[in-house]
Order: sequence, then structure tokens, then C-alpha cells
Amino acid sequence: MTSNPGGTWPHAPGYYTGDRPKIVTSRFEYEDSYTLQRYEATDGYKGLRAALSKPAADVHEEVKNATVLGRGGAGFPAGNKWGLTPQGVWPRYLVVNGDESEPGTYKDRLLMERDPHQLIEGCLIACYAAGLSRCFLYIRGEMALAQERVAAALNEAYAAGYVGKNILGSKFSVDIVLHWGAGAYVVGEETALIESLEGNRGMPRLKPPYFPAAIGLYGQPTIVNNVETLANLPWLARNGAAAYTAIGTATSPGTRMVAVSGHVKRPGVYEIINGLTTFRDLLYGEEFCQGIRNDNELKAFVPGGGSAPWFTEDQLDVAFEGPQAGAAGSMLGSGAVMVMDSTTDIPRAALTLTRFYAHESCGKCTPCREGGTWLERILSRVVDGKGTDADLDQLLEVGQSICPGEFPHASNAKLGISAVPFPYRMNTICFVGPSAYAPVHSALTLFRSEFEARVTKRNLIPVTAVSQ
Amino acid sequence: MARLTEENVRLAREIISRYPKPRSATIPLLHLAQEQDGFVTNEAMEHIGELVGATSAEVYGTASFYEMFKFEPVGKYLINICGTMSCALMGAEELMHHAEARLGIHMGGTTPDGLITLERAECQAACTEAPCLQVNYRYRFRVTAENFDTLVDQLQSGALEGEIPAHGTVAAVRQHIPADKAVGAIAPEDVTEGPAWLDGKAAL
Ligand SMILES: Cc1cc2nc3c(=O)[nH]c(=O)nc-3n(C[C@H](O)[C@H](O)[C@H](O)COP(=O)(O)O)c2cc1C
Ligand code: SF4
Ligand code: FES
Repeated sequence: MTSNPGGTWPHAPGYYTGDRPKIVTSRFEYEDSYTLQRYEATDGYKGLRAALSKPAADVHEEVKNATVLGRGGAGFPAGNKWGLTPQGVWPRYLVVNGDESEPGTYKDRLLMERDPHQLIEGCLIACYAAGLSRCFLYIRGEMALAQERVAAALNEAYAAGYVGKNILGSKFSVDIVLHWGAGAYVVGEETALIESLEGNRGMPRLKPPYFPAAIGLYGQPTIVNNVETLANLPWLARNGAAAYTAIGTATSPGTRMVAVSGHVKRPGVYEIINGLTTFRDLLYGEEFCQGIRNDNELKAFVPGGGSAPWFTEDQLDVAFEGPQAGAAGSMLGSGAVMVMDSTTDIPRAALTLTRFYAHESCGKCTPCREGGTWLERILSRVVDGKGTDADLDQLLEVGQSICPGEFPHASNAKLGISAVPFPYRMNTICFVGPSAYAPVHSALTLFRSEFEARVTKRNLIPVTAVSQ
Repeated sequence: MARLTEENVRLAREIISRYPKPRSATIPLLHLAQEQDGFVTNEAMEHIGELVGATSAEVYGTASFYEMFKFEPVGKYLINICGTMSCALMGAEELMHHAEARLGIHMGGTTPDGLITLERAECQAACTEAPCLQVNYRYRFRVTAENFDTLVDQLQSGALEGEIPAHGTVAAVRQHIPADKAVGAIAPEDVTEGPAWLDGKAAL
């Protein structure tokens, strides 16, 4: 029952290796990849040693030069983010975002389960470089195995002197505290994560301040980084920025982990070359997903997690490069691709996502709290064949009240639709509100006839007056 | 069933000591309470409030935000079936219908013997292995109707006792920071200087 359908890779369910550079998945092939013994035998903690043999500022500079893009969704370069902390304000904290729960996203959990020491080493390098004196590793509550593996790894690392007081006998001292959540998607938003870590309801904070780097945990400068972002640092510290930027493109160097799910022949998690790999490579390539299941036609795909506007075959040649995906009308988000083949009931598929965001709204702002639920109710009605023409316009109108103005979407040559580039304006504190609208908007823009077919039957019911 | 046991109070104090402010330990302590009793009791919330310096209403305010905390008894095994997009595309709805029929309960319900609670869940970060579910937060991938039935048989016969702890226990391994290795948590207002290693020189 715990079958690994890939068959080739029994140790990391869903993960497929390949003849490509590996920065963060290099140990996945080992059954005992999560132990300190294996880690030390495979370059483990050498990056930490390399970093500690330089002044902290030099390590920070190296990370800046490598342009390590944040892998949590926004793609902000880590080195630059660390530089946003105000001068002379102490203490500064590191909060690791291991709350992975964006629909379609599956990578941070693998990194925590399969290579927890790599993450720990990444945290240590970040703390050293940016002068962060305490690290909180926030893991999603529902991930039992990840919590166990990280706890065990931390216990090993403390015992071996890699974490805690005077690391490797040096003046560098930092504690890493394992913290675990309790189930709430919105807590993945960095200011909500901080609220949760302070023991509160996990609601996003009002902006500004825009970055917790200025005011974060307990009001102190706080760096929030994604698990995969930090997992890149040990390799980078060992091999240097030049080796890192030699992979991928100048604006999107290195690799990134991408999960492809839905209607492909070989759904899986792949470490791909950043910036160069296209969606066509990923969906149809022999080393990746090998085409659409049953050789069906591709209908649409979500390129970057449930919040992202949808792409169709017209965008297959877009590469994994932030600005390219943005100009094409969507985003790469958290490296999550969900594929729909020609058999997909589009309104229903959109509903599964809209329901998710409506359900996960924290309730702090009205357009999201009311709008999301409203979208879900109308869409459910349409899916159940109880909707009307007016409902379709109503969907767009409600969307407008969450995010006014033209909403981003991809171009579609057949339908004569031209792209509106990402991002969008919004009336909400965080992205959850707009995310409830994104799938509705994409589905309605690209596949309006499917919605109309569902509501016409209803319109044929003759309207009779109460009395003649 | 009530306040935290002596052993759990010891653990609670250990956890609290890792945070610069005690209230940060609220969620971990709620997990501890749920592990002890299978759900979070009012007495436990009051006790947690005393330990972290909050009222029981404040603790409940936090606890009620999070899906994992239950305030009434649930089954020994909580089965969460994912219904978000990737799983829906691969047959999650059908699986949920099957589960309801097999167990004779609706989503949100518990079997009369108190063994199994069934819930619809959202994306579990296993989308490539759809449709998937968790039993007390332990995964089952690419679940078919047949292997759902096998799972239920195994839960009923007790065959999974060793692998899956009763509801409440999430992680079976805990972090312990040895006293001689700990840097220690200092309240932010008591920190006046930057870290020692930012002196412009290499640490090693
Ligand atoms: C609603 C919402 C949910 C998010 N969920 C996650 C998440 O689960 N994991 C994550 O790393 N980042 C998530 N983010 C992004 C974080 O706010 C933050 O940008 C990120 O953790 C920063 O790390 P990075 O710069 O290393 O990517 C989310 C953002 C929003 C608005
Ligand atoms: S957009 Fe939604 S989830 Fe985000 S703060 Fe507003 S109500 Fe909460
Ligand atoms: S959609 Fe089910 S695990 Fe992600």
C-alpha cells in the first residue's frame, strides 16, 4: 500500500532521478540518507566548515553573488533579503518556512524527510552569514515523518557539536529549535507564520512593514526562508557562487525542485535546471513526465501552485524563469505543476481550488472572507447544474472586488485572447483572496463554453408569470 | 483526563525554555495535551495558560484556529482523505464515497465503536502520489478502493498498532537540547549586542 509507483526509487516516494546536476537531491538515492553517518560520508557539514573559515560578511557576499532565488513562492533572492535587516538592531532571528501546503506543492517535505541534515546545515550557514542568533524551524503539523526525521537529525547534530554553543569549537553559537504547526494553510504566509510562532492565531499581519526582515518575530528583525532555499546553501558554500551560477541562467541560476501531478504518465518530483527547462520538456520529456496519460490531449495546466493563473499548450515553451512566466500571464510560485487532460471537467477542477482558498481564508479581510465563500457557492451551483448565465458574470464581479483591474491570464491563440502579465492589484492583506479567484478566472477565460453549457439547460426552463 | 501529568509538565517546561517568550510554546503544548488525552480538554488549556502566561480563553483562541486540534473525542484513528486538485483529478471524490460506504459514516463522522473518524482534508504535499490519505498523519499513497479496504481491515484487526500511534501523537521522536550544548533563549529586550562572530574575522 505504501507502494512507490516509480519503482526505481524506493526511498523517496514520487522522486525521480536523472542525468542532471543535483544540488539538493544528491542523497535521495541512499536508503539511510537522513542519518548523520550518511551525511558525513557524503560531504556533509563541509559547507559549514568552509563558511566558518571565512568572515561572515564574505559568506553573505557569496550567497548574494549566487542569486539564490527564494523557493517558497515569491522568488526573492536570499542574499538580498538578508541585507534588508536594519543595522545595529539585535537580536535577529531565522524562521524556516516548512509549512508546505500550497496545492500541488511537494518538495519541502521530501527535503525534510530525506535530507534533514542538509537543511540544518543550510540554516547554520544562513545564521552565520546574516548574524541571526536563533533559528526556529517551523514544520507543518500534519507531517509526522518530517518532524521525526528533523528531530532525530537535530539530536544527532547537537551531540556531534554541529549545532548549539561554540559550533565546531568556534565562536559561532546558535540554537535550532524545532517548532511544529497544527494545520492552517495561511500560516505559510511569512507574517502569519510569525504570528503562529508567537503563539497566536495564524493571521497575516497588516503591511507595511512589508518585510519581517525589518520587524518580525517579537518585533525583531527576522529572516523567513523556505526549506528548499536553505537546502541550497551547503552545496553553494562547498562549491562557490561561480559553480552555482554555471547551472541555469543568469537570472535563474541553479536548479529547482518541481512536482508535476495530475494527468501525466509519470507524475513525480524532479530536480530540474532552473531557467532553461521548459514546460514542454517537463510534461513530455522522456526523463520527466513522458507525456499526457493515455496519450490524451493536454487541456490546461497550473504552472506554479494552486494560486497561479493557468496555462495551456500555447505556453508549453515557456521556461522555468520567473520573468518569462510573469510576462506570459502567470507565475512559477512554489514549483508545482498540475496537469489536466482533455477528459477534465474544467468547472469542477476550478471548484476544488476555489473551495480550498475559501476554506483556508483566515477571515481578517472582508473581500477574501466573504468573496471567497461567495465564489465557492456560485461555482458549486454552476457545477451542480443549478446556475444561471448571470452567475457567470457574478463570478467575475466578485473577483473584481477581491482584485480590481485586469486579472493576469495567459494568451490563447485559438480564442484570440492576449496575455495580461502577472502580477495583479489586490484589496486583501495576503494572496489567499486573489488565489480563490485565480482558478475561476482562468477557467472562465479559457473555457467559458464549458460553463455556458452547464447553465443553458437552466435558462431553457420557461419563465412563467405568477398570473396572466 | 485533565491537566497535564507531571511528566508532561516537565516536558512542557523544557519546551517553553527554548523560546525567548513562553507564549511561543502554546501550539507545541497543545499538541502535548492532545497526545495525552486524544483531544484538547478545557482543563489542559487552562493548565497551558498557567504555564505560558495566558488566559485559558487566549489559549482556546489560538487552538481553535488550527485544524488539528480537536475539542471532543475523535476515533483512535483519524483518516484524512485529500480532496484538493491533484487528488481530485485522480479520483479522490470516488475514494471518499467508497470510504463513506465502507465505514457507514459521513465525512466528519466516527464509527460507532470509536475506532475511526473520517475527514475530508486539503492538499497533503503528496500530490504526485494522488489520491492520497493520512491515518493519524501517516501517509498512504495512490489509494484504490481495494487498498482502502485493506487499510480498514488492518486498523480493525490491530495490525497497525506498532506503526501508527493513537490519535494525538504526531511525531514519535522529540527534540532534546542537551543543557551543556544549549545556547539558551534570551528575551529579546535583554539582548544588547550583536553576535560574537560578526567581528569581521573567520570563525574557524
Ligand atoms: C498564502 C500564502 C501561503 C504561503 N505558503 C508558503 C509555504 O507553505 N511555504 C513557503 O516556504 N512559503 C510560503 N509562502 C511564501 C512566504 O510568505 C515567504 O515568501 C517565503 O517563505 C519566503 O521564503 P523564500 O524567500 O526562501 O522563498 C506563502 C505565501 C502566501 C501569501
Ligand atoms: S486575504 Fe484572506 S487569508 Fe489573507 S489576510 Fe485576508 S482574509 Fe486572511
Ligand atoms: S492535492 Fe492531494 S496531496 Fe496535494
